Amino acid sequence: MNTQAHAKHPTPRVYALVLLALLLLTAMTVSASGVDFGSPGVNVVIALLIASLKACLVALFFMHLRYDKPINAVIFSTGLVFLALFLIFCLIDFESREAVVPENLKTPGAVVAGGEAAAK
Amino acid sequence: MTPSTNTLDPHAHPHPTGLQHHFADMEQQADASKIGMWLFLVTEVLLFGGLFVGFALMQGRHHEAFLAAHHHLDRSLGILNTVVLLTSSWTMVMAVHSAQQGERKRLIVYLALTLVFACAFLGVKYLEYSHKFHEGLLPGKYYSHRGDTVPGQFMFFSFYFMMTGLHGLHIVAGMAAISWVLRRAMRGDFSGAYYTPVEIVGLYWHLVDMIWIYLFPLLYLIG
Amino acid sequence: MADAITVPSAAGGTAERRSYLNESRGLWSWLYTVDHKRIGVMYLWAVLSMFFLGGVFALLVRLELLTPKRTIMSAEQYNRAFTLHGAIMIFLFIIPSIPAALGNFVLPLMLGAKDVAFPRLNLASWYVYVLGSVFAVTAMITGGVDTGWTFYTPYSTTSASSVTTMTLAAFILGFSSIFTGVNFIATTHKLRAPGLTWYRMPLFVWGMYATSIIQILATPVLGITLLLIVMERVFSVGIFDARLGGDPVLFQHFFWFYSHPAVYIMILPGMAIISEIIPVFSRKTIFGYKAIAWSSVAIAFISFLVWGHHMFVSGQSRLAGAIFSFLTFLVAIPSAIKVFNWLTTMYKGSIEFKAPMMYAVMFLMLFGIGGLTGLFLGALATDVHLHDTYFVVAHFHYVMMGSTTIAFLGGLHYWWPKIFGRMYNEKLATVGAALVFVGFNATFLPQFVLGFRGMPRRYYNYLDQFQPLHAFSTFGSWILGLGLAVAALALVTSLRKKPDAPANPWGGRTLEWEASSPPITHNFEITPVVTHGPYDFYPEREH
Repeated sequence: MNTQAHAKHPTPRVYALVLLALLLLTAMTVSASGVDFGSPGVNVVIALLIASLKACLVALFFMHLRYDKPINAVIFSTGLVFLALFLIFCLIDFESREAVVPENLKTPGAVVAGGEAAAK
Repeated sequence: MTPSTNTLDPHAHPHPTGLQHHFADMEQQADASKIGMWLFLVTEVLLFGGLFVGFALMQGRHHEAFLAAHHHLDRSLGILNTVVLLTSSWTMVMAVHSAQQGERKRLIVYLALTLVFACAFLGVKYLEYSHKFHEGLLPGKYYSHRGDTVPGQFMFFSFYFMMTGLHGLHIVAGMAAISWVLRRAMRGDFSGAYYTPVEIVGLYWHLVDMIWIYLFPLLYLIG
Repeated sequence: MADAITVPSAAGGTAERRSYLNESRGLWSWLYTVDHKRIGVMYLWAVLSMFFLGGVFALLVRLELLTPKRTIMSAEQYNRAFTLHGAIMIFLFIIPSIPAALGNFVLPLMLGAKDVAFPRLNLASWYVYVLGSVFAVTAMITGGVDTGWTFYTPYSTTSASSVTTMTLAAFILGFSSIFTGVNFIATTHKLRAPGLTWYRMPLFVWGMYATSIIQILATPVLGITLLLIVMERVFSVGIFDARLGGDPVLFQHFFWFYSHPAVYIMILPGMAIISEIIPVFSRKTIFGYKAIAWSSVAIAFISFLVWGHHMFVSGQSRLAGAIFSFLTFLVAIPSAIKVFNWLTTMYKGSIEFKAPMMYAVMFLMLFGIGGLTGLFLGALATDVHLHDTYFVVAHFHYVMMGSTTIAFLGGLHYWWPKIFGRMYNEKLATVGAALVFVGFNATFLPQFVLGFRGMPRRYYNYLDQFQPLHAFSTFGSWILGLGLAVAALALVTSLRKKPDAPANPWGGRTLEWEASSPPITHNFEITPVVTHGPYDFYPEREH
């Protein structure tokens, strides 16, 4: 009977170490968020970097991408690449528009009360 | 144990447990199932990704409002939920490992534990949501919180509820899938030679965890 | 139960051939089937019904436009008519048509497989399609939708019409599309017959594979976009509402991130069919196999980089517009490579001008026009004048109808003997194809002129000077409708005959022609082993 062949299997020890790493990284990101690095953008970058590191650990070890045939990793990475493209192009648009600061923003309650959602 | 066949196939004949008739062998079937699940996970990434993109762009436009709004979130509960979900990913991978080793009892225990952690996650979310309801920190036109110094915080909560809500729905769906696999495990459907359903449900569960890995810092820490 | 009897390949049919059509009987045997061929046939009837429904709306729209003012309906009704025409045709007909109806049937056969990788998921995709169409019909019955198929905000988030129901319909239909894409990719990777390397696969499979990539990457973004419309309607979440600090142009980014690649979900399968028909009916191996194969993949990826060309005048930044315009030109390159390769395949070939080939040649002409006019629209400077005019309407009908639908009809004729075991009526089919060609051009060629003379799209009233061309276009639509009816007759009347089709009526070299016509339920008696390329017509010559 054919078994599900894998190149290699991680041991429970590896899994436990990964969990430990994930918890440590969580602690790191919480404490880093409290630090003032001058610009708020830095906090965002650090948070996203740590999150991505955690995500990599989950993907490579828990989800077995490190041990699987490459096609699975190719599929997943492609999804991420296209999501990034979506974000980047939208950002290019948003960041290169002429800066118009709206002056009279409403609240949703006021907008709805004004009967905008009613039938024509 | 009856050989499980594709009961809708009129040409059913005995063959390895769980091998569907159009596959040549178990490895081909397992590989195909994994490819299928990874493709589905990509669709989930793009689905949630849209919300992340919307969040990023609106946060860029209204960063003071978002910053002020996110302070209403309970950071400790967020951290707790993160720990809970990460641990549930670990119990899930241990379940897959047990299945691969042919250890049926351990498989059942780890699957059950994963469900317990998932319930805990939802329980904490329930606590958070009720607090928000109480305070009027609701999405869009239902936002009724008083005493805001920075206007426009409703939009943060629009995203908070949409993103955690969609995520929560995926947790529920994951629990249903895990329960189904648990039931099959208790029936003895799996062995070291055939545990693909456990594996692919595991993949789904890890993705749900991964999404939270990004949701947590963006909503709770950064704002 | 008797073993399946292989049908002799000589023409002249046997009394009752055992095949997937009759190996089990009764409605439930169809509704519970996991046989990709039966699922393909169920999809075929479903999408053809939707094509008919969408076509009725088209005829109504064109009838209204016969005169400048009111002809048969009010302005409100007109808005609903063109919206429903667009939504039905795009979501319920064209996107599923080739992949789900023809692809489901043919792809596993071409790979020498017994079925797709996930047969139950395949059946689920059909049921999801049916559920989505129920929602769509419900939206129609409860007053319809008047936003245009593009659901632009702020109108879609505030319109009183059945927007929520229709967006939910599209959301549900998206899953059907995704399931099909997942199935095709997994099947192509894992279920190829021995000897069937990637470069021996029919180009149809490459085309379907590329289509599936787009389905998986793009459709979820449509999903979240539609959910966000519902969230805006129900909760006023604010993301697309300028009054609340949101951005209506952001809606368009979200929407077109899916909808531009979606048009390649439509055209790639059409091109894939043409790649099959031309070599067979030219009796000549395809020119530039690898170029065509990789062009399909290239189109799939580049299609994600150009969506902003729908938004040149919407309010996105000039920089974004310029970038999108430049990238749009790129996608023309692989498309052109394919057209040149098809033409070169025909050159010095031995052409047999049967109905499938007629449709293929029509495709070459109409796609040429459709594709080239896309360049006018992709160029930012000219698009400023042509956006939202009839030029756009003409362009996309040339590519969606003149190309994809024509290719679909060609494929339908080509594989009809395989699917139903009967040869269609060649004379009627010829008449149908000719009428379709004449009718199609009569309907849409004038619309280019209307467009660059200034006639806006989606307008109920128009200036008197546009009437002659509008009237011509409307008459054209009647010829087109007639042509489609004749084509349908050519196909459907064959079903009354006893099965008479040989296994390989066209002399093709791809694997589906080694199965009987129609195939037995598990496709092949023994798994085929592939030793030659898919268009190897003269093997003694070629190696």
